[in-house]
Amino acid sequence: MPYLTKLSAAALSELLVSKQVSAVEATRAHLDHITAVDTDLHAFLHVAGDAALNNAAKIDARRAADEPLHPLAGVPIAIKDVLATQDMPTTAGSRILEGWVPPYDATVVARLRAAGLILLGKTNMDEFAMGSSTEHSAYGVTRNPWDRDRIPGGSGGGSAAAVASYQAPLALGSDTGGSIRQPAAVTGSVGVKPTYGGVSRYGAIALASSLDQVGPVSRSVYDAALLHDVIGGHDPLDSTSLTDSWPSMAAAAREGLQDGALKGVRVGVIKELSGDGFQAGVTQRFNETLALLAAAGAEITEVSAPNFEYAVAAYYLILPAEASSNLARFDSVRFGIRVNPKNGSLTSEHVMSATREAGFGAEVKRRIILGTYALSAGYYDAYYGSAQKVRTLIQRDFAAAFSQVDVLMSPSAPTTAFKFGEKLADPMAMYLNDVTTIPANLAGVPGMSIPIGLAPEDGLPVGLQIMAPAKADARLYTVGAAIEQLLETSWGHTMLSQAPALTPTEMFASEEGAV
Amino acid sequence: MSEITAEQVAHLAYLARIDLSPLEITSLTRDLGQIVDSIAKVSEVATADTPATSHPMPLTNVFREDVVVPSLTVEQALSGAPDRAGDKFRVPAILDEE
Repeated sequence: MPYLTKLSAAALSELLVSKQVSAVEATRAHLDHITAVDTDLHAFLHVAGDAALNNAAKIDARRAADEPLHPLAGVPIAIKDVLATQDMPTTAGSRILEGWVPPYDATVVARLRAAGLILLGKTNMDEFAMGSSTEHSAYGVTRNPWDRDRIPGGSGGGSAAAVASYQAPLALGSDTGGSIRQPAAVTGSVGVKPTYGGVSRYGAIALASSLDQVGPVSRSVYDAALLHDVIGGHDPLDSTSLTDSWPSMAAAAREGLQDGALKGVRVGVIKELSGDGFQAGVTQRFNETLALLAAAGAEITEVSAPNFEYAVAAYYLILPAEASSNLARFDSVRFGIRVNPKNGSLTSEHVMSATREAGFGAEVKRRIILGTYALSAGYYDAYYGSAQKVRTLIQRDFAAAFSQVDVLMSPSAPTTAFKFGEKLADPMAMYLNDVTTIPANLAGVPGMSIPIGLAPEDGLPVGLQIMAPAKADARLYTVGAAIEQLLETSWGHTMLSQAPALTPTEMFASEEGAV
Repeated sequence: MSEITAEQVAHLAYLARIDLSPLEITSLTRDLGQIVDSIAKVSEVATADTPATSHPMPLTNVFREDVVVPSLTVEQALSGAPDRAGDKFRVPAILDEE
C-alpha cells in the first residue's frame, strides 16, 4: 500500500485508531519505500526493519485487545543518529563511535516507545552535528530529494530528507545552531527547535550543551505539534530541563486553523536578516508571504536586532569551546573505537591521541582545536568571555523586539540548497549559512521553519523562520499552522507534492496526475 | 591578521589529545587564522559593563531526592568498551616507561 507513505502522521493515526490500517501495514509500506529510494538518497544510516515490524505487530495486538493507546501508536518515525537507542547503533555520524550500541535510550526515544511509535531506524547527520550540509558525515552524504546533486541541509539532513521523501512521516532532530530548521527549509519540510530546556537532552550526544535542543521534524505543522507533545516536558534526568507545565502544541496548531487566526498578530521582520547575502528568490517568497499575512490581518512591522550581526562570531566561539570539552569523553576507554599509535609507546595518552586522529573527521578536529584555542590562557577573556557578553546583547535584542511584537520572522536560510562541495573548502562560508538560525539558540528562544514556496531561479524550496519568546512554543504552532493553511490554500496543494518523483511507480503516477 | 602559527596549532592539538599529520597542521593553521579573523569582532561590542551569559535559561540548585534509583549494570556499562578485564575497563599504561 504505497499510498500509506504519503499520509500525514495525523491522517495515518486516524486510520490506525479506526483499525482501517494496521501498524504492520503502515510500517511495511515505509520500509518498502526506504528499500526503493534510500540506496540513492542515503537518509538512513541504519534501518531496523525486523524490530520495527515486531513492534508494530505488538501495537496491533494491543489495539485489537482495545487497550488504551496513544493516538500515534503504530505511526513510524525516524531518529537522528545523535540520539541514544539501546537496540540500534548510535554513531552521531562519527567513525569514532562506529558500531556503538548504547546501553540506554535517550529520554525522547523512551517517550516515543512508551507512546507506541515505531522506530524505523537512525538518520544521517554531520559528524557530531557539526555542519550545515551533512557532507561532514563519516558515512557519506545524504542527497536532497528535490535535486540529488544538492545538500539536504545539516546537520540533520538525514531526518529532513527522510520525511521529505516520504520514508517516514515524522523524525527527530537536534538543533544547536539551526540543524533542524535549515534542513527543513532546504527540503521543503517542517522543523521546530523548542525552547531551550523544553525537551530533554538526556541521551542526546552533546555538541554544545548550552545550545543543543531536540525537536520535531515533519511534513506539516500539526504533525510536528503532535510529536512535540510526545517528547516535551520535564525530565529529571536532564538538569537543564524546565519544570514548567506546557500547553498542548497540537491544540495550539488546531487554533491556527480557525478563521481569523492571524488577525491582529503582531509580526516583527528582523531588518538585519535580509538584504545582501540573501538569494533573490528567497527574499521574493519571504516578501510574498508577508503580504499574504498582512492581507489576513496580521500587523507587520520592521524591528531591529543590531547585535545579530555578531551572532555567528559569538556562536563559533561558544560552540567550539563547549564542543572541545564535551568531546573529551571520546578517550578510547568507555565506548567507541581504540586505535594504537604507529610509533611511540602504548600509553593511555598516546592511544587516546591516535584514536582521536583516526576517529574524528576534519570538521570535528577543526572545531576542537578552535575551541581549545578560545579557552586557552591569554585568549579566554578576549574570545570566550566576549562571546558570552554578545550572548547577553542578543538576548536583549530579542527582549526589546518581543516587547513590540508577538512573533519574529526571517527567511530560514539565506539561500536554497547549495550543491555538494560548494562550501566545503571555505569553513567561514559554511558557518555564515547559519546566520538566520543561530540567534535563537544563543537566546534559548523557540524557532520553526515552514516551507513557503520554490525560488523562481532554481525551483528549490524556501523556508520561513518564525520565532517566539522563550516558553511561547505554542504560539509558533498557532501562527505556523495558520500560515501553512493560507499558503496551501493559495497554491491548491502542499509544497512537497511538487517534489520530483523518486521511484518508477511515482513517476507513472505523476504522469497520470495522481500525485 | 591573527598570528596563528603551525607551532601553536601543534600545541593545541597536543592539549586536545589529537595526533595531527604535518599536512593537517598546515591546513588547520590556515583555517584557524581565517576563522579567528572573522570571529574576533565579538570584542567590538563586548564592553566591560556587559554581563556575560553562560546559559540561555539559567537554573540554580537543581537537586533530586537522595534515593537509590536503577542504574546501568556492570555488563551494560562495559558493553561498549574497546577492552575490559573482568568487571573493569582495561586501559593502556598511564605512565611512560621512559
